[in-house]
Amino acid sequence: MKTWIAFWSILLKDMKNYYLKPPNISWGIIFPFAWTLMFFLKTQNPIDIREILPGVMAMSILFGTTSMLAVTITFERRSRSFERLLMAPISLNTLMLAKTTGAIVFGVINAFVPVVFAAFMTDLSGVNWVTTIGGVFLIAVTSTFLGLFIAVSVSEVFEAQTFSNFFRFPMVFLCGLFIPVQTLPAFLQPLSYALPLTYGADILKTSINSSGFIQPLLSFSLLAGYGLVLFGFSLKNIKNKWIH
Amino acid sequence: MHILEVSHLTKRYNNFTAVNNISFNILKGELFGFLGPNGSGKTTTINMLTGLAKITSGSIKLLEFDYPHEIKKAQQIIGIVPDESNLYEELDGFGNLCFCASLYGMEKTTREERARQLLGEFDLIGAGNKPFKSYSKGMKRKLTIAAGIIHEPKVLFLDEPTTGIDVASARRIRQLIKKLNKNGTTVFLTTHYIEEAENLCHRVAFIVKGEIIKIGTVSELIQEAQQESIVQFTLAGGADRLQQALREKKPAIFNIEVLSDTVLRVNTPQLISLSPYIKLFEENNLTLYEAKIIRPSLEEVFVKITGIEAEHMKKDREGRKK
Repeated sequence: MKTWIAFWSILLKDMKNYYLKPPNISWGIIFPFAWTLMFFLKTQNPIDIREILPGVMAMSILFGTTSMLAVTITFERRSRSFERLLMAPISLNTLMLAKTTGAIVFGVINAFVPVVFAAFMTDLSGVNWVTTIGGVFLIAVTSTFLGLFIAVSVSEVFEAQTFSNFFRFPMVFLCGLFIPVQTLPAFLQPLSYALPLTYGADILKTSINSSGFIQPLLSFSLLAGYGLVLFGFSLKNIKNKWIH
Repeated sequence: MHILEVSHLTKRYNNFTAVNNISFNILKGELFGFLGPNGSGKTTTINMLTGLAKITSGSIKLLEFDYPHEIKKAQQIIGIVPDESNLYEELDGFGNLCFCASLYGMEKTTREERARQLLGEFDLIGAGNKPFKSYSKGMKRKLTIAAGIIHEPKVLFLDEPTTGIDVASARRIRQLIKKLNKNGTTVFLTTHYIEEAENLCHRVAFIVKGEIIKIGTVSELIQEAQQESIVQFTLAGGADRLQQALREKKPAIFNIEVLSDTVLRVNTPQLISLSPYIKLFEENNLTLYEAKIIRPSLEEVFVKITGIEAEHMKKDREGRKK
């Protein structure tokens, strides 16, 4: 019970202090809207909205979660308020889950902003919503844990932003969000399959357009595996680097 | 009864030894001072005691909890006030206190009630709904201390609580620390203000270059360092006339110092009887107003033992804070 009180407090404080601030809300709305509009203007065809939707959703989650978590944790470490959390009588696992849950929720909300836009512009009937929600959740989890991995690896806020971009921008092009993995040069394809977002985007493609090419169960398993590995690795790093 | 037992505690960072084989115990209800210059290992020791730093070797036991395995249980009964305020700038005073209370699993109504009580006790009622970033340094310090005791800890670790704040706030904080200790909280205080340790602490440890070089009650340390008796006489006047007369009559006197026409200081190798002096003043028709035994201060003891000038230590620390 005591652990849950601490967990909820950390989560609510982060949501209120960081994620639900006007700049982040507007980013969450403007970013997917701008990408959707860009493709819409390019194609001039409402049908294509549904084709680009999985990519825009995946990108919204990726950009919404990674940098937010990396920046907020780095910021709290700089102001030393993170030390207060480390010295609290809650386990490191619970603490880091509380810190990351805010980003996961933010990522899930971000993912559905383009869905709301798309609903006004195209027909979304036939979408497998259960698989979509599952895919969105796991993309948010792995992206958030990638953000945690970045936060543990840097010490300055600007480093967190730079390091986030180092991962994110290549992923936009390598993970099949807008360019199918199969059409990428052969030497880049192994890299694509090594990145978790490839599997997340493929789940969304399958559930929205039935255009994915990887078994959803395999993608779900791999995403869950990536999440566990990134979280475990980050916890190990925190124990080694932050509790000196 | 010992509430904290530290045995052969060592902390190494690669080839650098920050804390070297220190041992001490703290009694329940004690106010224990940890004194040392900048970089002596005070904060590293606190970090190990509070779970923010790993122990290289040695052991720590807080009540029945052994470190590091039971550190999370120990953290439930300790309060920590770091050397720099580390509350959340965006939250207001009340929100900060409630958040800190929730980390210890306190229910909403209990934590809100306790936060209001502490805001009152720390004269922060009017600032409770203002963001922490708008607070003055003294207010920030007070709220940080309030956050450290929100869960009513058994042991409170205070790292340099009065550094960098104005005199009035520092005085108020010292009063609060005394009150907390009087109400039963065991306090571990690190400071570089020796007079603060002298006024507040029951026992003091001097730490230099990661090693405890002296430990004891303030009076024990002073007595140990006191190798002479100093008596200061305040007269109506004519103190300078007595210097020669005293030298002739009291050969065991180390030194006679005339501070002014009315003040005279006498150093002797052991405790002295005042009656021959009073007689001497009467013979010379001098009126004696006061005879005062001058004890060395803890600062003088510290300088004598460590060879480090206290003023230098203070300036060094304050320079670093700026």
